[in-house]
Amino acid sequence: MFFMIVATLFPLTLTPELSRLRDAAPGVLWVGALLSSLLALEFLFREDAQDGTLEQFALSGQSLTWMLFAKTCTHWLLTGLPLALSAPVAAVGLGVPAGAMWSVVASLALGGFALSLVGAISAGLTLGARRGGVLLSLLTLPLAVPILVFGADATQRAITGDAIAPPMYLLGAIAVLGVTLAPLAAAAAVRIGLE
Amino acid sequence: MLNVSGLHLWRGDRHVLRDVSFSAAPGQCVQLTGKNGAGKTTLLRAIAGLLEPEEGQVSWRGSPARQTRDEFHAELAYLGHEPALKGDLSGHENLRFSVGIRRAVTADEIGAALTRTGAAGFSDRAVRMLSAGQRRRVALAGVLLSGAALWLLDEPTTNLDVEGQQLVSALIDEHLARNGIVVAAVHHSLALTSAGLVSLELGAA
Amino acid sequence: MATWTWFHRFGSPPWVYGFAARWTPWFGGAAAIAMLVALYGGLVLAPEDYQQKDAFRMVYVHAPTAWLSMMVYTTMAVAAAVGLIWRMKVAHAAAAACAPVGAWFTVAALGTGMLWGKPMWGAYWVWDPRLTAELVLLFLYFGYMGLRAGIEDPVKADKASAVLAVVGVVNIPIIKYSVEWWNSLHQTPTVMKMGKPTMDTDMLWPLLLMFLAFALYFATVLLIRLRAELLRRERNASWIREVLS
Repeated sequence: MFFMIVATLFPLTLTPELSRLRDAAPGVLWVGALLSSLLALEFLFREDAQDGTLEQFALSGQSLTWMLFAKTCTHWLLTGLPLALSAPVAAVGLGVPAGAMWSVVASLALGGFALSLVGAISAGLTLGARRGGVLLSLLTLPLAVPILVFGADATQRAITGDAIAPPMYLLGAIAVLGVTLAPLAAAAAVRIGLE
Repeated sequence: MLNVSGLHLWRGDRHVLRDVSFSAAPGQCVQLTGKNGAGKTTLLRAIAGLLEPEEGQVSWRGSPARQTRDEFHAELAYLGHEPALKGDLSGHENLRFSVGIRRAVTADEIGAALTRTGAAGFSDRAVRMLSAGQRRRVALAGVLLSGAALWLLDEPTTNLDVEGQQLVSALIDEHLARNGIVVAAVHHSLALTSAGLVSLELGAA
Repeated sequence: MATWTWFHRFGSPPWVYGFAARWTPWFGGAAAIAMLVALYGGLVLAPEDYQQKDAFRMVYVHAPTAWLSMMVYTTMAVAAAVGLIWRMKVAHAAAAACAPVGAWFTVAALGTGMLWGKPMWGAYWVWDPRLTAELVLLFLYFGYMGLRAGIEDPVKADKASAVLAVVGVVNIPIIKYSVEWWNSLHQTPTVMKMGKPTMDTDMLWPLLLMFLAFALYFATVLLIRLRAELLRRERNASWIREVLS
């Protein structure tokens, strides 16, 4: 929803000319995706931390890493994936050609997954910190930059008709790295946050 | 089986736990007493492994709990201030999830536990619609179902009426009879029928 | 065993405090001398670059500060990891002491880079990979310091920021190799290369000496900050009273 608002604000404030919007489209889509993701990440652990269920996860004798990975996947399925699937609607408004839609959705889906993984680490670190929301954004940003760079590149190539394989492979590599390392770091962060 | 030795813990500048040591054998209940802020919750969390002490050690079955963390946690049930229930699910569904991630559990077992703690009558309602005392009864059923040998209970009788307090004492008695161990912070006297009650006062400087 | 005693000594706040106090003047003196000699060599003795003329002399400040911004972060991450794994308070204190210094080095690197970029590329800033990655490094430092400030409990703040430092270390190789991986406006490595550096010797030795000077300067500042950090953390301990009397 937030993503849609962002995507609408840009044409309204910049220019209604589709050809110029098209140049900005990758950036607008990806910044919008990042901002929406940051908003949603605040709630990844917050409720569970408050009602005590996160503690019980840590005490269950099961791998906290796996449980947080499962939570992150669910989070992406409920926020990142719908965002990616609804992107064509926003993209049309930004002058993205119809042929590029598939690639736009794919890159946003993969990138969104990587963002959720990385965001889980910062969400865990900011549990119980003052002004956690702002801090969450600040901590996620450095780790999110490669995702944004490659994702926007993929979207840009899709618009101009180039092969999107190179940046998609890189996005995939980041996602794989994220899958192996991020839940571990998030579990460590959550255990520290529960102290 | 549970051995706590020389535990020191600071929270910021405050030396909350000073050289706390005790042992608990199967069939024993250690009741933690002390004023507010004496460190009862801190000690329970330190035993559970949620807090790391600066000095000292917690051992379970002879090995340091920190090294065998997952096995230790599998034998541990911790009941904290919050009943750890998701508001949107019913009591029954909550238990199916929270116990289910630890071990396989059948609907009958859940039903039996809820009946034992007097929560069967409202176990189908969403937890957010229950009173604090009702939620605590559901949480107690969770402790029963966990199958854990060691119970760490932080003020388990909060929000419970007199009948509820007697229920907690009875549950502890039954657990001790099964050779379980209980460490509990309770601010009133636990009228236990079994003889295994030991008291530990914290904060006496 | 000798290494173990040494390791244990570094775990003891009073010993580290004394060590830092003794060595600060030596490091400081060495840094000052090295910097003076290097500056003389770089600004006066070294010949003009045939392309950039005198503007290339910016390298004597820009390259060391950039290199140090990364080295300080790595030091911080290593100290943080040691603090996490071996639970050494001193290691956490060292990591905390590194952060503001590293941030300033990063700002200096970015700033000198901007001043150098204008005559070279015609623009103060370009969004090329190495510059962007260095900017990201600055955000990492801010995030680290922000996280420390945002968590009340000092032990929790130590541990959480330590995890952040270790996770963020992945950015360092990205900065280093960004100029090789991507077509970049920024100059490719001429010093830190396998084999002989491609820079002229007259220009090279002041640069290497500047690296050393800045590293010594960092060590000096770190020792001073570490002492202050230890004083603050251990203010209730008995050894503090003895030291200050």
